Amino acid sequence: MNIAENQIDEIIELEYNIHLFKVISPEIARKINPGEFLNIRISELAIPLFRRPFSVCDVEDDCYYLMFSTMGTGTKLLASKKPGDFIDVLGPLGNGFNIVDDFDRAIIIGGGLGVAPFPYLTRQLKGKKEIISFIGGRTKNDVITYGLENISVATEDGSLGFKGNVIELLEKELDKTDNIKSKIFACGPTSMLKALKILAEQNNIDCEISTECTMACGFGICQGCPIQSSADEDKYLLVCKDGPVFNSKEIIL
Amino acid sequence: MSKVNLNVKIGNLTLRNPIMLASGTVGYGNEISEFIDLKKIGAIVTKSISLKPRKGNKPQRIMETAAGMLNAIGLANVGIEKFIKEKIPFLKKHDVPIICNIAASTIEEYVECVSMLEHEDGIHAFEINVSCPNVKEGGLQFGNDIKMVGKITEKVRANTTKPIIIKLSPNVSYISDFAQAAKKEGADAVSAINTLVGTAFNIKTRKPKLYNITGGLSGPAIKPIALAKVFEIHRKVDIPIIGIGGIMNWQDAVEFMIAGSSAVQLGTVNFIDPTAAEKVLKGLTDYCNENNIEQVSSITGSYQLD
Ligand SMILES: Cc1cc2nc3c(=O)[nH]c(=O)nc-3n(C[C@H](O)[C@H](O)[C@H](O)COP(=O)(O)OP(=O)(O)OC[C@H]3O[C@@H](n4cnc5c(N)ncnc54)[C@H](O)[C@@H]3O)c2cc1C
Ligand SMILES: Cc1cc2nc3c(=O)[nH]c(=O)nc-3n(C[C@H](O)[C@H](O)[C@H](O)COP(=O)(O)O)c2cc1C
Ligand code: FES
Repeated sequence: MNIAENQIDEIIELEYNIHLFKVISPEIARKINPGEFLNIRISELAIPLFRRPFSVCDVEDDCYYLMFSTMGTGTKLLASKKPGDFIDVLGPLGNGFNIVDDFDRAIIIGGGLGVAPFPYLTRQLKGKKEIISFIGGRTKNDVITYGLENISVATEDGSLGFKGNVIELLEKELDKTDNIKSKIFACGPTSMLKALKILAEQNNIDCEISTECTMACGFGICQGCPIQSSADEDKYLLVCKDGPVFNSKEIIL
Repeated sequence: MSKVNLNVKIGNLTLRNPIMLASGTVGYGNEISEFIDLKKIGAIVTKSISLKPRKGNKPQRIMETAAGMLNAIGLANVGIEKFIKEKIPFLKKHDVPIICNIAASTIEEYVECVSMLEHEDGIHAFEINVSCPNVKEGGLQFGNDIKMVGKITEKVRANTTKPIIIKLSPNVSYISDFAQAAKKEGADAVSAINTLVGTAFNIKTRKPKLYNITGGLSGPAIKPIALAKVFEIHRKVDIPIIGIGGIMNWQDAVEFMIAGSSAVQLGTVNFIDPTAAEKVLKGLTDYCNENNIEQVSSITGSYQLD
C-alpha cells in the first residue's frame, strides 16, 4: 500500500463510452493481483472529497489498466484527463481472487462494468486453466467483452445473446454431469451476486465474488464499508480490507 | 534544523507537537502507520472504546456530501479488553503518545473504562466522548446536557490522575457553557468539535441515505463552524482547547491555533490523504520558522480583533 502520482500513458476509448486508461507504475504493476483495487484522488479540491475505488483491469509490463464509465462527478472528472496527466493513486488495496486453489475450470461472471477486473484475471489464468466467461447487461450496449475469452452473453432485453440475466444463463449452461473441478469468479450488481451465491452453493461450486460499496478510505481506517460475516453474527467484515473479493460462503449479501 | 519549539502543554499533558490524529479516523493506528511515521505525531486519539465490543451500525454507514461526509459508524470498536491486549502494545512500539477516547452510555461505564485503563502506562490522557451523535443511548444526549457533562467529568476526574479532555458536541446553542462545566469539574482540556448532525435522502426512493437516518457531518464543510466554536470557547473560558473540524492542510491548522486552539486534530483528511499529518506538521514548522515564531504555542489565541 502506497501513495504515488502515476502518469497516464494512453487512453483507449472502447464502445459505449467505456474508458480504458493505461497508467505507468512499475511498482503497482509488479505488486497488484487480480481483484485488488486502487483508490484514486481525482481532484485536489474538496469536491469530490473521497477517493474513488477502481479495480485493476489489466497489467502489462510496467503499466496497469483502469476501465470505467462516467457515473457522476468523480468519473466525469477522471474522464477529462489526458495522456501525460498524473493521477494520485493509493494502492494496491484489498484482497483479490484466489487462483492458487485446486480447480481446472474458471467460470468468470461479469455484470455490466463488473467485468473490469477480469481481463487481468484472464491473463493470469490463460494457458493454465480452462476459462469460460458469462457476461451480462441490460442491453447489448452494456455488454463489455474487452480482454475476455470464451464468452457467452446474456442481455435482459434480448438484444444480444441469451434473453434474460446472466445467472439464468449460467444455470442453463451448467452441465451438472461434467465433473471438471470448477471455480466461479464474479463481479457485478448485488442482485446478480445474490442470485449467484444461491446457485453456486446449491451446485456446490466454489465461488468468489467481488463486492462494492461506498468507501471513504479504502484501507480499513474509517469502518465505513461493513459487510455481514456469515460465520459470526456479531461481526462485520470490511469490504475494503477483508474484501473486496470474498468467498460467497464468507458473507451474507 | 528547525528553530521553533513545537512542544505544547495541554493542562498536565505535554506533547512534542500540536498535531494529533482524531478519534475514529485512524482506527488504532495500524493502517496509518504504513503511511506516516507515528513517532513524529503529537498524539494519536484512539477510536472510541467502550466497555464491551460494539458491532456498529448496519450499512449504509457513510456518504459523501459537498466538501464533507456523513458518518454513522455507531462506535464500532473492539472493546476495552482487546484494546488493552492487542492495540496498546502496537502503539507503544511506535512510540506515539496514546490518548484513549472513551464512549459509554452510563456514568458508571465511563468510570469503569477509565479505571481499567488507569495503570496502562502507554496511555497519556483520556478523551471523553460525550458527543457521539450516532448511538441510541448516551452519546449526544449526554453532550446536550450540561449537568451530565459536568457529572461525567467529575466522576472521571475522581478516578484518574491522567489528564482528561472532554470532547464537546457542536450540536448545542452555547458550546462555551459546556466547556465551562468541564473546567469546573476538573477537565484539563476540551476538544472541539465532534461532528454536526446531518442527513440526506434519496430523491427516487425518498428513503434516507444512511441506515441510521442521521449521521455526523465532518470534513472541510464544517471548518468555519468549528473555528467559531473554538473561538467562542477561547473568549469565554480559560481552558486549553484542541481544535478539530475540517482541517485539510497546515494553513487550516494555523487558523485553528490563531482562533484559540493549543493543538489540533486531523480527522476526515486521513481518509483522503493518510500522509496529511506529516505534511501539516512540516507546513506548520516552516510557517513558524519563516515568521520567526520561537514557540508554536504563541500562535494560540493570537487573533487580532479591532
Ligand atoms: C472495490 C471497487 C472496485 C471498483 N472498480 C471499478 C472499476 O473498475 N470500474 C468502474 O467503472 N467502477 C468501479 N467501481 C465503482 C466506482 O468506484 C464508482 O463508479 C465511482 O466511485 C463513481 O464515482 P462518481 O463520482 O463518478 O459517481 P458519484 O457521483 O459518486 O455517483 C453518481 C451516481 O452513481 C451511483 N453509483 C456510484 N457508484 C456506483 C457503483 N459502484 N455502482 C452503481 N452505481 C453507483 C451513485 O449512487 C450516484 O447515483 C468500483 C468500486 C469498488 C468499491
Ligand atoms: C468516520 C468517522 C468516525 C468517527 N468516530 C469517532 C469516534 O469514535 N469518537 C469520537 O469522539 N469522534 C469520532 N469522529 C469525529 C472526529 O474525531 C472529528 O471530531 C470530526 O470528524 C471532525 O473533524 P474532521 O472534520 O477533521 O473530520 C469520527 C469521525 C468520522 C468521520
Ligand atoms: S472504506 Fe474505510 S474502512 Fe473500508
